[in-house]
Amino acid sequence: RRLSAHICKELEQFVDFLDLRTNLLRKMEINVVEAEKRTGKNTVNMQETYTVYLIETRPAETVPEGGTPATPDTLWRRYSEFELLRTYLLVTYPYIVIPPLPEKRVSDAYLEGKVKNLYKFKFVWHKLSADNLDPDFVERRRGGLENFLLRVASHSVLSNDEIFFHFLTEGWRERVLETGFQDKADSRLKSLSAMFRVKNPDKRFTALKHYCDELNTVISQLLRVRARVADRLYGVYKVHGNYGRVFSEWSAIEKEMGDGLQSAGHHMDTYAASIDDILEEEEHYADQLKEYLFYTDAVRSVCRKHELIQYELEMAAQDLTHKKQQKEELATGTVRVFSLKGMTSKLFGQESQEQRESRLAALEQSIQEGEEAVKEKNTECQEFVRTAWEDIERFKEQKDKDLREALISYAIMQISMCKKGIQVWSNAKECFNKM
Amino acid sequence: MSVGAPRGLASSGQKPITEILHPLSAAEEPLSPGPDVTVTVGGDKEVALTNGTPMETLSPASASSLFNRLQLDDDLEADGRDLYASMETRDLFVTVDDPKKHVSTMETYITYRVSTKTSRIEFDLPEYCVRRRYQDFDWLRIKLEDSQPTHLIPPLPEKFVMKGVVDRFSEEFVETRMKALDKFLKRVADHPVLSFNPHLNAFLTAKDLNKRQGLALLTKVGESVKHVAGGYKLRARPAEFCAMGEYLDTFSLKLGTIDRIAQRIIKEQSEYLTELREYGTVYSSWAGSEQELRRPLEGVAACVTTCCGALEELSDNMSQDFLPVLREYVLYVESMKNVLRKRDQSQAEYEGRLEAAVLRKQEDRTPIPMEVEKCQDKMECFNADLKADWERWQSNKRQDFKQLLTGMADKNINYYEKCQAAWESLITLLQDRQTEDKTSETN
Repeated sequence: RRLSAHICKELEQFVDFLDLRTNLLRKMEINVVEAEKRTGKNTVNMQETYTVYLIETRPAETVPEGGTPATPDTLWRRYSEFELLRTYLLVTYPYIVIPPLPEKRVSDAYLEGKVKNLYKFKFVWHKLSADNLDPDFVERRRGGLENFLLRVASHSVLSNDEIFFHFLTEGWRERVLETGFQDKADSRLKSLSAMFRVKNPDKRFTALKHYCDELNTVISQLLRVRARVADRLYGVYKVHGNYGRVFSEWSAIEKEMGDGLQSAGHHMDTYAASIDDILEEEEHYADQLKEYLFYTDAVRSVCRKHELIQYELEMAAQDLTHKKQQKEELATGTVRVFSLKGMTSKLFGQESQEQRESRLAALEQSIQEGEEAVKEKNTECQEFVRTAWEDIERFKEQKDKDLREALISYAIMQISMCKKGIQVWSNAKECFNKM
Repeated sequence: MSVGAPRGLASSGQKPITEILHPLSAAEEPLSPGPDVTVTVGGDKEVALTNGTPMETLSPASASSLFNRLQLDDDLEADGRDLYASMETRDLFVTVDDPKKHVSTMETYITYRVSTKTSRIEFDLPEYCVRRRYQDFDWLRIKLEDSQPTHLIPPLPEKFVMKGVVDRFSEEFVETRMKALDKFLKRVADHPVLSFNPHLNAFLTAKDLNKRQGLALLTKVGESVKHVAGGYKLRARPAEFCAMGEYLDTFSLKLGTIDRIAQRIIKEQSEYLTELREYGTVYSSWAGSEQELRRPLEGVAACVTTCCGALEELSDNMSQDFLPVLREYVLYVESMKNVLRKRDQSQAEYEGRLEAAVLRKQEDRTPIPMEVEKCQDKMECFNADLKADWERWQSNKRQDFKQLLTGMADKNINYYEKCQAAWESLITLLQDRQTEDKTSETN
């Protein structure tokens, strides 16, 4: 089985190579390069300030030696437009794990981190203002939005979507509204929030949902603890800065020891200052984890959609069975299933042969329609399962690869931090030796 | 005490008393040669060896002159710079180690092994090995303080510890205390005057220290009985001693600050460690729900655990090695300040008596009494000893702090090296897996 899956992958790659299923990213370079503040009137005619992001696209072609790359096409989009795009994709491709967007609002944890460090050490790690216009937040969001676009553009199915193409290049609003996806979105929202129970759940999807729940929990936990660890580490480094000051003061009353102490003090200051960059870098790791945290929602969404389809199939099958039973009873005269008509005929006398035959005919029609519906629904379900599972396998591989790389880059960050530490303390030791 | 021919007080490197011009008059008859300046130690009992042979209580002057006999040329000032006599000339080595708990019906206490190796003729044997407890060190310190009032005696670690707060028998406490006692003894043994003190000899050699009951009566802190409690006021302290006092004040402030910073760092590190431990367990639990990522995540968890171990070691080291030495220096500074105060008292006493004597002389031509000269002697002796000890103390301090701070830097470097090694081996693991997967794909 492993072998055949492997062969399939090879074929897929070959097909991609032949450009039969073009990957948009091969044709086009996409960057979200900048962010800007804008003010304007919103839908209720109130002044509001919001941020727009500059999307740059240019054809992906090799630039000759010494040559300049082509001027990119650019346009500005705000966060709500990204949201709209994603909703469109969700509705249009319910069997695909749609890449997530970065956070919409500044979270409480983010704010907490800022306030704590401001007052604790009087060193400002991040400035206190932390609304959606906060420059640090905006910058992180910019990166997240670019990542979103790249994910969509490198997806074999999503990248071929016309609306997506227009989002990147020209007026897309009218087009997307034309698709009428809003109605689909509303009904989808309604159905997904409805409570229903599937009688025979697909084991694979159940297991997947369970895994997603676990992953969501563990990544949330990891992000929380990592933030606390970073907070504490910040404290350790910053307190060392106090050595700098006291060594300097002490060196003033010393003769031979003075120089050594003074320079060692400078190194302690350097040590204390180094934590800012270290933690800033680590935020990238947190962002990578966060993306997969949000991805779990996207996967759960696919599972839910499958459940809905399965449920609809079961309902359709149940409905068909019910109708068949009714027909049988009508034909044989036995009443097994309660029906008002049956009741009334019992109470008020049998119906005429004509009436019975017309009812039978109607039922027959209904049964035929029902069988059609079940067949359709079955096909839909099977198709959904096939395509969804294909994308889920793709997603799983992507997740394993991305997270492994994230762990490697995290380890590299830690090594870099250790090296910096060794450097500073070695320098300080040299100064102490000269005391 | 025999009155020998007036000879220069070697420790002060000064001229003999007879040659020093009297500050108030030059025309007076020459001062009769004073005896060796002896300091009567109030209530002091003679040190006795267990076999009952009494030993002469040597006066500091004769101890100094003894030293003078051995050191033929240089005065002490020059020697002060050569703080630790180089290995070739050092002839007394002491070590404190091997703590053992003793349980008796009355009490439980710890003893330490005190080993001595020496070639000095003052010692009968070249090697000694005795067991001593804290009380014995305390006894020695008091004896030294009393018999060498003009010298700076190194401090001992704190005597009393709150019974409920600190476990007096925990490994760490005993280890820390032992190191401090070792330091104390080494400092005494390296001191050119103190190391010849007979009390030290007894401490190092006697099978059982016969400490006399009078111990409890002697106060350690503050002025000792021998100094006349006369409330003499000091008129003008010489500039150099003022400078010493100012230095000590500032220095002890800085030491206090460093102590607080170190404590704060230890606290922050401990809180960091707590969070880091939990961080590791989250990776472990995540690994449980993964397949391909299980080994990498477990690897990260193991790495974090290694870093936790290294951090714990670093913090423990700061608590057990760094802080105690720092605190001991605070005590050392206090001891030094004490000596400065005693010197001030000595000067004040001399000036006071001199003034009184001069006045009387002016009234009824009573000659300047002997005590005044003794006081002058005492003061000058004190000044000289103090200056010499100060130089030595400064040198020691420089060495000690150099060692302390480079040690701290070393421990931090070690910590980072361990962590770096752990993360580097993780990367190898992670990248190996990647190539492993790739090769299995192409098969």
